[in-house]
Amino acid sequence: MTSVLYDVPGPRAVARNRVLGAATVLVVLAVIAFVIYRLYVSGQFDASKWYVFTFTRVWEQIGVHLVNTLAAFALAAILSLVVGFVLAIGRLSDHAWVRVPVTVITEVFRAIPVLVLMMLLYFGLPTLGVKMEPYWAVVLALMAYNGSVLAEVLRAGIESLPRGQKEAGYAIGLRKSGVMRLILLPQAVRVMLPVIVAQLVVTMKDTALGFIITYPELLYYAKLLSSQQGRPILQSAFVIGGIYIVMCLILSGIAKYLEIRTRRSPKLNAIANAHDPAADDDATLTEVIAVQKALRGKDQI
Amino acid sequence: MDAVFGNLDLWSAALLNTLIVFFAGGAIALVLGVIVGAMRVSPVPIARGVGTVYVNLVRNTPLTLIFFFFIFGYPQLGLPKLSNLVLAVLAIGIYTATYVAEVLRAGINTVPVGQAEAARAIGLPFGQVMTLVVLPQAFRSVVPPMMSVFIALLKNTTVAAGFSVAELASVRATINDSHTRPGNPMEVLLWVAVIFVVLVLLLSWVQNALERRWRIAR
Repeated sequence: MTSVLYDVPGPRAVARNRVLGAATVLVVLAVIAFVIYRLYVSGQFDASKWYVFTFTRVWEQIGVHLVNTLAAFALAAILSLVVGFVLAIGRLSDHAWVRVPVTVITEVFRAIPVLVLMMLLYFGLPTLGVKMEPYWAVVLALMAYNGSVLAEVLRAGIESLPRGQKEAGYAIGLRKSGVMRLILLPQAVRVMLPVIVAQLVVTMKDTALGFIITYPELLYYAKLLSSQQGRPILQSAFVIGGIYIVMCLILSGIAKYLEIRTRRSPKLNAIANAHDPAADDDATLTEVIAVQKALRGKDQI
Repeated sequence: MDAVFGNLDLWSAALLNTLIVFFAGGAIALVLGVIVGAMRVSPVPIARGVGTVYVNLVRNTPLTLIFFFFIFGYPQLGLPKLSNLVLAVLAIGIYTATYVAEVLRAGINTVPVGQAEAARAIGLPFGQVMTLVVLPQAFRSVVPPMMSVFIALLKNTTVAAGFSVAELASVRATINDSHTRPGNPMEVLLWVAVIFVVLVLLLSWVQNALERRWRIAR
């Protein structure tokens, strides 16, 4: 996606950009300095506040809770992919008695906040006599929500395919299931892979809601740690937050990589143009400007 | 129905708080998001860098953790005291701003290159290219995804309930802890779910209406 919004800056623009850049740096530095100053004044850098993190036991526990987070994420991711496929295919069905209920289910689960779903499973069901471990409440709520979101993603992918694909499938004598399984789904999955992985990042982040319904995951442990000696609230939030950010950045990186590959693939480009690949474009084409600049330099020589 | 009519005071207060978090958080997200979105397409490399770091860092942090920072962390800093409701508004605003920024940037990228090139060809500088040519067109294609961001924001307001802000998702706990209030958890939570479904449908309807009205003929 090229949208060259500005020219290669001339001498005056370069000067102005430098001033604006300096101003940005100043503002950002001022904010960071203020935060660090407040942290310093309120004694957040004291050794006593970081003391808990010197114990191997604490790190072992962080490991255990990290595994809990990942366990919830892994199962929820797999189940929501399965549910997503089922709902997407159901919603594209030719039979109204399949399509209508599936549509209603998808829309309802997409509209209910994940936390409310978790609470329904964890606090609500016991009134009906069904007790549930927090782990299952987290996994099932994530499955229902992300499953219906993924269903919409897949459906959009299938609908973005050129009509000829389906028609050609029928023309060579495939049945409905064959057209879906052999022709439409593989292409839709490939086109939508970046979006699917991006949705998995959301799933990962949403496991952190489990702490509200007492599922012992990372954030739950952060809360636990912050009641320890010295009350290291911010410190444990920084440590645990760092872990979350690293995990999500890895997944986001995969999504980005898949997206770049999708954009390079000539096969997919024809399809991908149907939806909006501009959504996660990087920088607004400074690369283009840099190239222009470089080319111009050569011309003059 | 007792769970609703027996506790009308509770429900109306909770709904009010949800709407406060939604609108105030949305306003912060919109203002901050426009600034960050503008930074990310600006000709100043440092501003782009700052915008990118902000978006990537905050978008990859669970909202629950951002709430954790604000509700439990902020009071540690010895700054002026703020109520949990205000802190929740700040947390959700700062989180949602990253999505607003990304939607705006995507919207700017949907404007055909020729438009910006033509604007540049007649000698408009960056500021005018943006305000006169690109942004007016971008805003139209931005409306549907922006509404999706706000629908997500509405659903995210429930997280505040986990941090002792009395909004819809916390009604259950209040009713459960008191012996004089009618209703059981299942009933209350189902009503909460119904309210959210209605509110989300309302927003989707606005989204569709705007989309139809502002569709660009290209």
